[in-house]
Amino acid sequence: MKFGIVIFPGSNCDYDTLYVLKDVLKQRATFLWHKEHNLENVDCVILPGGFSYGDYLRSGAIAKFSPLMQEVKEFALKGGLVLGICNGFQVLLELGLLPGAMLRNKNLKFLCQHVWLRAENSKTPFTNKVEKGQVLKIPIAHYDGNYFAPPQTLEELKRNDQVVFRYCDAKGELSEEANVNGSVESIAGLMNKEGNVMGMMPHPERASESILGSKDGRYIFESVINYLKS
Amino acid sequence: MKVRILVSLKDIVLDPQGQTVKNALHTLGYDFVKDVRQGKVFELELEGVSRQQAEKKIVEISDKVLANPIIEKFSWQILE
Repeated sequence: MKFGIVIFPGSNCDYDTLYVLKDVLKQRATFLWHKEHNLENVDCVILPGGFSYGDYLRSGAIAKFSPLMQEVKEFALKGGLVLGICNGFQVLLELGLLPGAMLRNKNLKFLCQHVWLRAENSKTPFTNKVEKGQVLKIPIAHYDGNYFAPPQTLEELKRNDQVVFRYCDAKGELSEEANVNGSVESIAGLMNKEGNVMGMMPHPERASESILGSKDGRYIFESVINYLKS
Repeated sequence: MKVRILVSLKDIVLDPQGQTVKNALHTLGYDFVKDVRQGKVFELELEGVSRQQAEKKIVEISDKVLANPIIEKFSWQILE
């Protein structure tokens, strides 16, 4: 089992993700440079957080044209596991592998803080280690995390159980206050209809050891490991 | 050939930046400003294409790259 972490110019959570997979979870993991055309037979592609191309034009808008993203798209369409974290989520939206788009946070502030997330679907390759309704503590760090989708897309997302995480309070309750960036229906993470591509704004790689204030992020990586093992 | 392309958020999408600018204008006494929508301007210089080809390509570029059709709309004009 091997993980591949794509590096774009401006990625800045690439090393954190590699560290968690290799040093904390003892998995095989490698970097994939965005100019390459080779996925090196990885089993799961991770698009890490950061500011690819300085967020010029729109977050993730230029990264989607990187040569490697064509391979990632084909890999995803064949059923390969792809996880987009923060900027990686934005790239997946721009690429059209996930529906919807990101707007600027409702309060126009860059938000860097721990948030609570409610797992809405535990039958996915990315969340099979959590219970439905379980509340996780994972940090966010973004300016453009205000998820938007037109009404018919939202209906489809809900009908197919594609919403994976929602922003909530410590008790798992939804509220306008807990929905820090203003995302439609408090959506913090979602997957495609087939369930092999997931994007989430919070950073699980920044919450995988107790010393960092939470290790709930491990559930995400451990779920993928569990899924690939079986 | 010079082209100016305007990209802005669709009307169904909330524009918090435009709202903030509107509030600032109201604070300064410009109460007659009813609404503000903020957008982006791109100026492209083209060569080696006919006007007819350019019109087609401008729409293609705007739709594929400059605007995100889920949240944004665009308009354009050929300047010279």
